[in-house]
Amino acid sequence: MATLNILVSVCLIYVTFLFAIAFAAERAARQGHGGWLRSPLVYTLSLSIYCTAWTFYGAVGYAARSGLEYLTIYIGPSLVMVGWWWILRKLVRIGRSQRVTSIADLISSRYGKSNLLAVGVTILAVIGTTPYIALQLQSVTLSFSVFSESHVPPTELLDQDSTALWVAMGLALFTILFGTRNLDVNERHHGVVIAIAVEAIVKLFALLAVGAFVVWGVGGGLAETLQRIDASEIGKWEMRGDRWASLIFLSAAAFLCLPRMFQVMVVENDRESHLRTASWAFPAYLMVMSLFVVPIAVVGLDLLPKGSNPDLFVLTLPLATGNEGLAMLSFLGGFSSATSMVIVAALALSTMVSNHIVMPIWLSATGGGAKISGDVRNVVILSRRISIAGVVALGYLYFRLSGGGTALASIGLISFAGVAQFLPVLLGGLFWRGATRIGAFVGLTVGFVVWAYALLLPSFGSGALISEAVMLNGPFGISWLRPQAFFGIEGMDPLVHAIVWSMSLNTLTFFVASLIGFPSPLERLQGAQFVNVYEHSRRPQGWSGSAAQSEDLMIMAQRILGAREAQTLFEREAGRQGVTGFLPEPSPDFLQVLERELSGSVGAATAHAMIGQIVGGASVSVEDLMAVADETAQMMEYSNQLETKSEEQARTARQLRQANEKLTQISVQKDAFLGQVSHELRTPMTSIRAFSEILRDSNKLSAEEKVKYSSIIHDEAIRLTRLLDDLLDLSVLENGQVNLNMQRGMLMDVLDHAVSSALTGSTGKPLIVRRQRSQEMVPLNSDLDRLSQVFINLIGNAQKYCVADAPELAISVGINNGELVIDFIDNGVGISKDDQAVIFEKFARVGSMKAGGAGLGLAICREIMARLEGSVSYLPGQGGAAFRVILPVSQAAAAE
Amino acid sequence: MNERRTPLFLERQSYRRRRLIDMVRMLPVIGALLWAVPLLWKSGPDSDISTSVAIIYLFGVWLGMVLLSAVLARLLKSADEHPQESDD
Repeated sequence: MATLNILVSVCLIYVTFLFAIAFAAERAARQGHGGWLRSPLVYTLSLSIYCTAWTFYGAVGYAARSGLEYLTIYIGPSLVMVGWWWILRKLVRIGRSQRVTSIADLISSRYGKSNLLAVGVTILAVIGTTPYIALQLQSVTLSFSVFSESHVPPTELLDQDSTALWVAMGLALFTILFGTRNLDVNERHHGVVIAIAVEAIVKLFALLAVGAFVVWGVGGGLAETLQRIDASEIGKWEMRGDRWASLIFLSAAAFLCLPRMFQVMVVENDRESHLRTASWAFPAYLMVMSLFVVPIAVVGLDLLPKGSNPDLFVLTLPLATGNEGLAMLSFLGGFSSATSMVIVAALALSTMVSNHIVMPIWLSATGGGAKISGDVRNVVILSRRISIAGVVALGYLYFRLSGGGTALASIGLISFAGVAQFLPVLLGGLFWRGATRIGAFVGLTVGFVVWAYALLLPSFGSGALISEAVMLNGPFGISWLRPQAFFGIEGMDPLVHAIVWSMSLNTLTFFVASLIGFPSPLERLQGAQFVNVYEHSRRPQGWSGSAAQSEDLMIMAQRILGAREAQTLFEREAGRQGVTGFLPEPSPDFLQVLERELSGSVGAATAHAMIGQIVGGASVSVEDLMAVADETAQMMEYSNQLETKSEEQARTARQLRQANEKLTQISVQKDAFLGQVSHELRTPMTSIRAFSEILRDSNKLSAEEKVKYSSIIHDEAIRLTRLLDDLLDLSVLENGQVNLNMQRGMLMDVLDHAVSSALTGSTGKPLIVRRQRSQEMVPLNSDLDRLSQVFINLIGNAQKYCVADAPELAISVGINNGELVIDFIDNGVGISKDDQAVIFEKFARVGSMKAGGAGLGLAICREIMARLEGSVSYLPGQGGAAFRVILPVSQAAAAE
Repeated sequence: MNERRTPLFLERQSYRRRRLIDMVRMLPVIGALLWAVPLLWKSGPDSDISTSVAIIYLFGVWLGMVLLSAVLARLLKSADEHPQESDD
């Protein structure tokens, strides 16, 4: 009893350890430093759930009964792994790009997201897997009983059923805890994966330990063991060729199609490159696992009493030789094998059941789509949990009903043959674009019917489910339909018979029905996506979202993905579309992304259906898609054009407004000028007329008076001439008809001349001109007369308009950016901002017409400087009025 | 005058990579053939092939597959790390 207690406590400690590891892994992954969780090694080890308790215990029994035939079960997967470039690479690529959650999801997704197909595959997978789960429970209870039998009186024997129940409950709990912790978009379960990786090491180590003990501890070394093998019952090569070949094929097919293998191989795959490592590492694992099977079997047959169960040699051999520690390790190995298989199988099946059966039913029952209330996310998780419990319970029930007898032992291969029926549909979907939904449906149905009729039902024993008469004469006396002799071909091994007929009829009907049928647009689209997955990393668009409401989609997505995740997704997509906020346009592109995200949680078919309900329309035809894409492109181009145009128009409008303002101002100026000019013309004219009349009519004028009057007439005439000259000058300059008289000279001379000219005859306050003559030694090559005219004008303005008590004008010269800059700054009040804009316009005069002048001076200056390729501008912020004259350096430097 | 024609002959590196992939593709075929060899053996109690010989042969093939596959995986990895062009 002590040993049993130890066994139970070791078991509990081990389970606690697994929980702890899974928990730590989940935590590390959540905190983002779980890089080691996604190493190729962990991936490879997780694949080892292929080796269940059926391998751990059963392989030895298999070898003891049939020699080396057990190797076929491991050679098949090795070939598949070594040939990863053919199938697995594509499978994994598709699984990742389509966010596939299970094999049912893959098949339904490939064949037009058909939920009917998904339901079919799910049911078949459950039928195929349940006996296998029962097998695992049986192996654990058997190994428990082996321990208890050898140590306790039979009266205290543990109740087998209760052991199985406890184990089943524990496994369901573990799977629920770590398998449904997060409803991840990519369905990865770090805790589960790391736990089965650890279990992989434990079972390998345990089997190797037993093997090493048998070969070197009991067998007496390698050579002796080999001799012992040859001398044993299985010492000669005895093999049916058909079984050898078809079993290798079967195990390879099952390796690809088993839901649990699909789960770890495709769904949990993190990086495609892991496959490269697993391509050699996993065959190596399988090789090592099967290395010591024959020695253990042979030594067991030798040492243990006749009639002992060869399935338990791994356990009984160490016990019989008194090695309880080793036996304990071996027990843990078997326990690991069984538990990891049940966990992953339950996880995979529950995903399928929940996504393809429970969710669609629930959605249609509650009205579905956006109208549903409550959190779908919770419903999904709950349905997963219930499904897990259901799957494990089913396994337990099967175990109880079948009585845990030897009938279970043969279930392994039968189960393999069952799931292998997925193979034609799977490979056809991956490599043949012509494969259709109808074909898949027909093929699967035919395959499973044949499998059930020829293999599953007869396996319960003749007369149990199929009567003896049917077995011998066929149903209704149709002899060519006998379950184990189709078409009258007798003498085949029943297993081979079933494999050959189910697979070939499955493939044939799948092929023919595919040829005859015509696929829907969505199927064809998905077909192209799957078959040419390397060409199209992206999916084409499947939705026309004109009717879809982003808000409804948001509500639905929040319920499935969780509020935060959904908001992040929507915000990101909105950002990608260039829309601010949380609601992107329901573009086909966006709907595609959303559907893929949702399919990670509820499966492709359900996600498709849910979006379909909100978008309103069903999926669209390829033509529609192209039209939509075309339209979208056109609209985008059009809107781009519109945008550019509207910007242009805004710019033009701005310019027009400015121009208009200027025009209005100028018009005001012009009116003012016309008044001014008539006034200016009129005043001298009036005095000329008056004085000339006096001269004409009066004879009593003295000579002195005559001179005075005629000088007034003369002066006024000069004033008129000057005004007309200015107008003419400006007109000439503006029309560009001016001829420049280029001369060489010094700036200082020009300024000297300008200052003296401007100040000559001034009548107001004397203007003090401050200059820095040292800076003015700049040679020029320009029209010096014109330049001088500009300077005179500026100095004259300063003289006329500077209102300071002691008017001063500072003239500074400098070179700036290769340009000659001459500033004229006075100490007056300056020019107001409004006036700054117009002073260079013709007829402009600042403020009141305090000083005479037509307001043409600065306009002429500007025109002159433009002709000289320089500029004159107002320089604000200098205290007084300040003008800056800029001459290009070429005109300054040309003289050097 | 079109200078961006696809080259008729690939660069040495990508040529190597393609042949490497050919080998990866071929490996399971070779393995299947080698593992099919036991079909030719005489079966039954009077067989010439003892179980130990069969074990050595079958596991020998296995080991060979693993080693070859490992070498190819390593080569493929280094070829992928210096890619010249996209895969097939």
